[in-house]
Amino acid sequence: MSESGETVRETGTARVKRGLAEMLRGGVIMDVVTPEQAKIAEDSGAVAVMALERVPADIRRDGGVARMSDPAMIEGIQATVTIPVMAKCRIGHFAEAQVLESLGVDYIDESEVLTPADEANHVDKWAFTTPFVCGATNLGEALRRISEGACMIRSKGEAGTGNIVEAVRHLRTILGEIRRLTVTDEAELFAAAKDHRAPIELVREVAALGELPVPMFCAGGIATPADASLVMQLGAQAVFVGSGIFKSAEPAMMAKAIVEATTHYRDASIVAKVSTNLGKAMPGEEISTLDVKLAERGW
Amino acid sequence: MRAGVLALQGAFRAHSEMLDALGVETVEVRTPEDLSGVEMLFFPGGESTTMTKLVDSSGLRVPLGERIVAGMAVFATCAGLILLAREVLGGRADQEPLALLDVTVRRNAYGRQRESFEAPLTIAGISGGAFPGVFIRAPVLEETGSAVDVLATQGDHPVLVRSGAIWAATFHPELCGDLRLHQRFLDEVGGN
Repeated sequence: MSESGETVRETGTARVKRGLAEMLRGGVIMDVVTPEQAKIAEDSGAVAVMALERVPADIRRDGGVARMSDPAMIEGIQATVTIPVMAKCRIGHFAEAQVLESLGVDYIDESEVLTPADEANHVDKWAFTTPFVCGATNLGEALRRISEGACMIRSKGEAGTGNIVEAVRHLRTILGEIRRLTVTDEAELFAAAKDHRAPIELVREVAALGELPVPMFCAGGIATPADASLVMQLGAQAVFVGSGIFKSAEPAMMAKAIVEATTHYRDASIVAKVSTNLGKAMPGEEISTLDVKLAERGW
Repeated sequence: MRAGVLALQGAFRAHSEMLDALGVETVEVRTPEDLSGVEMLFFPGGESTTMTKLVDSSGLRVPLGERIVAGMAVFATCAGLILLAREVLGGRADQEPLALLDVTVRRNAYGRQRESFEAPLTIAGISGGAFPGVFIRAPVLEETGSAVDVLATQGDHPVLVRSGAIWAATFHPELCGDLRLHQRFLDEVGGN
């Protein structure tokens, strides 16, 4: 390789975009609404923060249209912490995504927690240098997002409820559908692709790999260290905690406990130790009592 | 030969997969008991602030220091390198590295994720063409001690160094699908 060849730097490749998701494995990404909360999250061992104006529990309570955060708020958080900063854009709102990229956000979450901007199309994520994470409730949805360029998939769960049941349903659905593909006859993969409404190339890749081609994290309803251990044991590779930290009685303690439980998820004695005397977790909600199910957003 | 992969957080699985492909048995290390069963240790990339806290809360700081000072072979990438460094710039005030590798490293020195990049590297002792360098929110080595050998550079900075049995890279050989660097490390430290 010549001297000049060594100075060539290629940004925005699939490897560097998916690579950052690899770096976040085994970690906890925490929702924060102020620089002070971001500091607490970093102090507690978060691998990244999600900067947003209201946590999902408050979005759910307040109603109305939920949009991208004020850039000043995102920049305030970027100036406060050294870990990656993520932010959310509305489903299909590529102009919000462009703004987030121009701010230097490290990961963009095209999120059902905000009010969708397009009822048919998600953002063309290949057009961006910044990597995207998207939610999914089943394998077909995950593969459609990957085909649009998502570099990380997360379960949707039901954000803002403190109830883990939907995230467990989504994880078990996605992982069960992957397992079935691995034992599906080659000739039956075409029909499987049609059933999943997903590209045949990705269906073949998943059948061969036995997993998604990008990391899969869990989000939606994680409120305790044991919740984190549960979803990690089910097969999530990292966790997002939204309202569960700053809606709990002792956010710093809860944050640190969820970080340790995520690392030592298979060691129940450590999960027990970090769960001791944490104070009240966030109040939860029954899914059947909800007026709006955020997980139904996305196509 | 059993290789440990520090699995507190980060890209530990990618290292394990490379070692599997090279026929090396791997163990995920999260506790001092896990560490006692391995003969070499891979420090993966990830978030160095998080890993530093978990090294302490898991009780690994002292046993890690003892094993490495006693000569255990170590391969560290990105955040793993930051964890081993003598001095960390651009980190948090409470981010106390293990100080086992005589380098000064600056975190996130190229910028944010949109500045993460790939670049071909020429690595001393590795033939068969350029090695794919994957740099993700990568640090920069600003100073290296006199006992530290530089095995590759990118632009003006060292990106792969060796000091005794410690090898450290600011990039991610575990993400590029190219086994040559892991193979070379194993050859030199007597793993294969």
